[in-house]
Amino acid sequence: MATSVQNIIEKYNKDKTRLMDILIDVQSERGYIPKATITQIANALDISHVDVEQTMSFYHFFSDKPTGKFAVYLNDSAVANMMGRQKVKETFENETGIKFGEVTPDGLIGLFDTACIGMNDQEPAALINGQVFTNLTPFRVKEIVRDIKAGRPLDDMFTAAYGDGENRNELIKSVVVNNIRKKGPILSEDYTPGIVIWKKLPQMSPEQVIEEIKKSNIRGRGGAGFPTGLKWEFCRKAKGEKKYIFCNADEGEPGTFKDRVILTERPKLLFEGMVIAGYAVGAQEGIVYVRHEYKYLQKYLENLLQGARDRNLLGKDIGGIKGFDFDIRIQFGAGAYVCGEESALIESAEGKRGEPRDRPPFPVEKGYLDMPTVVNNVETLCAAVKVLLNGGEWYRNFGTKDSTGTKLLSVSGDCKYPGVYEVEWGFTVNDILEMVGADEKQVQAVQVGGPSGSIISSAEFKRTVCFADLATGGSLIIIGQQRDILTDIVLNFTEFFIEESCGSCSTCRNITYLMKNKLEKILDARGVKKDIDDLVAWGKILKVSRCGLGQTAGNPILTSIKNFRHLYEEKIQKDKDFDSAFDMASAVKESCIAAGRIPTLN
Amino acid sequence: MSKPIVATTSLAGCFGCHMSVLDIDERILDLIELVEFHKSPIDDIKKFTKMCDIGLIEGGCCNSENIHVLKDFRKNCKILVSVGECAIMGGLPALRNGIPIQECLDEAYLNGPSVGRNKKHIMPNDDELPMILDRVYPCHEIVKIDYYLPGCPPSAELIWNALVALVTGDELKLPYEVVKFD
Repeated sequence: MATSVQNIIEKYNKDKTRLMDILIDVQSERGYIPKATITQIANALDISHVDVEQTMSFYHFFSDKPTGKFAVYLNDSAVANMMGRQKVKETFENETGIKFGEVTPDGLIGLFDTACIGMNDQEPAALINGQVFTNLTPFRVKEIVRDIKAGRPLDDMFTAAYGDGENRNELIKSVVVNNIRKKGPILSEDYTPGIVIWKKLPQMSPEQVIEEIKKSNIRGRGGAGFPTGLKWEFCRKAKGEKKYIFCNADEGEPGTFKDRVILTERPKLLFEGMVIAGYAVGAQEGIVYVRHEYKYLQKYLENLLQGARDRNLLGKDIGGIKGFDFDIRIQFGAGAYVCGEESALIESAEGKRGEPRDRPPFPVEKGYLDMPTVVNNVETLCAAVKVLLNGGEWYRNFGTKDSTGTKLLSVSGDCKYPGVYEVEWGFTVNDILEMVGADEKQVQAVQVGGPSGSIISSAEFKRTVCFADLATGGSLIIIGQQRDILTDIVLNFTEFFIEESCGSCSTCRNITYLMKNKLEKILDARGVKKDIDDLVAWGKILKVSRCGLGQTAGNPILTSIKNFRHLYEEKIQKDKDFDSAFDMASAVKESCIAAGRIPTLN
Repeated sequence: MSKPIVATTSLAGCFGCHMSVLDIDERILDLIELVEFHKSPIDDIKKFTKMCDIGLIEGGCCNSENIHVLKDFRKNCKILVSVGECAIMGGLPALRNGIPIQECLDEAYLNGPSVGRNKKHIMPNDDELPMILDRVYPCHEIVKIDYYLPGCPPSAELIWNALVALVTGDELKLPYEVVKFD
């Protein structure tokens, strides 16, 4: 044990900034990270025990207790529940004889809940030792548990066929399906990897590249919509010995899975985009930060990177450009939604807790290892390749004036054709509903942009998906008439935010929790009108949080009050203006017994 | 028109929020022009003798006396404001909320490192003492609270602006810089 840990530490050159990788390797080898190992790692990296422990305790795929030879992480997101997770969960518990959060006494199987694993179009889904199992049914669960008990290796347990496209690749071999429903410039097959690096870059100066990107008017696809050309220019002008290009492939927003599809089907496009960004900015290294849930793609992606090096698309003098050296490595996360925030992502890649940094300085000035860093979404970097290939003017033909280009939508929930749609900006929600096979009359609501976005009612289905109107990172969850919005969606999302808060700002750490208590009070029919007003008022306080996660953590409640207020008003007590559940007798009982006195209650 | 009447109290708090009120510096002279103080540690008036307009509550409720005082404030103030982290969320005292009360009392009176002189192992139980609650409650779980001023403590600026807004009836402006977490 001690030797294997030592080998892992050596593999990463005792570099404390690679602590994430070290912990990931230990976790995957041992199934947990024992205390003695933490000490061993701390000593070897010359950091304190607490440094290791705080990183470890931050990510939910790290555990200090054994998680079982087969660790089952069953998705607990709203859509998983809509698609029948409860029965799947019960079957897992019945078949193994343990509850979620426990490990069987023989240490064979552990059952755990996890946040959205990026499979919303094929739920209920689970990760078992990193392998994805989709479209679970009680019957399938019985098979899986039986196979585990019979000692079958995980790879043999896929009775169904492998998924489509590259999911069948020898290095992936997964049952995941892409569900690509509509293609545009990014998902198009019409792409020769390396074409921009070979044909365009040698004829362009870095400034010209930035100019072309600016001309395309492309804005960041993660959700915030910052102009990409400007970001690259800031970074190019910033002073630093080294510069870095980060690709944010952490898509943790429940309901988003388009990056998974790009990583599976167009990874070369993404890598080429990073090389272009590296050339434009003057960076030497690129890091793709991929969420832990997509670790099943690791061998496939790393093999492609090696292929690119062999073809001089990475490495030294790329594309024959003298002095242009650039390489890419993949950094995996370990289960933390907040790491999708760019500065938290950088912290995490440095081996620390994924807590957002206070800004300014922004990453373009002081990012990874305090060097100027560009963090771009997967989709943004892919689009950059097509912009350079066909020109900024061409790109502006797609979309609207302020939102140029296309957007990959991850559609899930109550519709006939869930999956990934590459559409031009400027579609209305109604257009999209029609496209995905959702009968408008059967749709009660649409969650646009995931939990941090907004839940809208049919009154707003005429609105347009673009930065100026309904901005979205791409997640659309269709909610049918049969769903209970407050319990199925709003409560689930609020619990998600509580779970995923990094805990740095007291607002996000506490107010989310207090809001959940209020919501539950209303759901228990103990609420009063003031409770609804309080929720609205408290939601505003969240805006003082440091990062986007905290600032939007109230959105499930706030936007549902805005658009579905009647659902709240139906449940409150109309005849009271305050309801305290406080009871003095029961509140003082315990302390009076402890002190040996009789409560004086008048 | 008579001046609005303000009452203040500190429940399970540290008086830091009251200190922050004093941090408005020389504007305290303006404040006295603007409002009249009634029951408050600032002027040491101990009992309500008239209806007040604004009650500022610092601290949450950790014992039965806090509950009585808070209910008394609700009865005697038209508007109640939770001032600061403890009133709004329980704050530092609420750190004990995850620990059974018996364990807390044992630690405080019997087993803690500083209780060596409590040779008779007495747990205070006089009827005159407030009874400890099972957990520390934020004020809004006990009575209706009208407004909340977050912070630990809320800055003097925020308290001043809020009071002025309440007295003048203008909407309180909360620019991001004033309330930003760090």
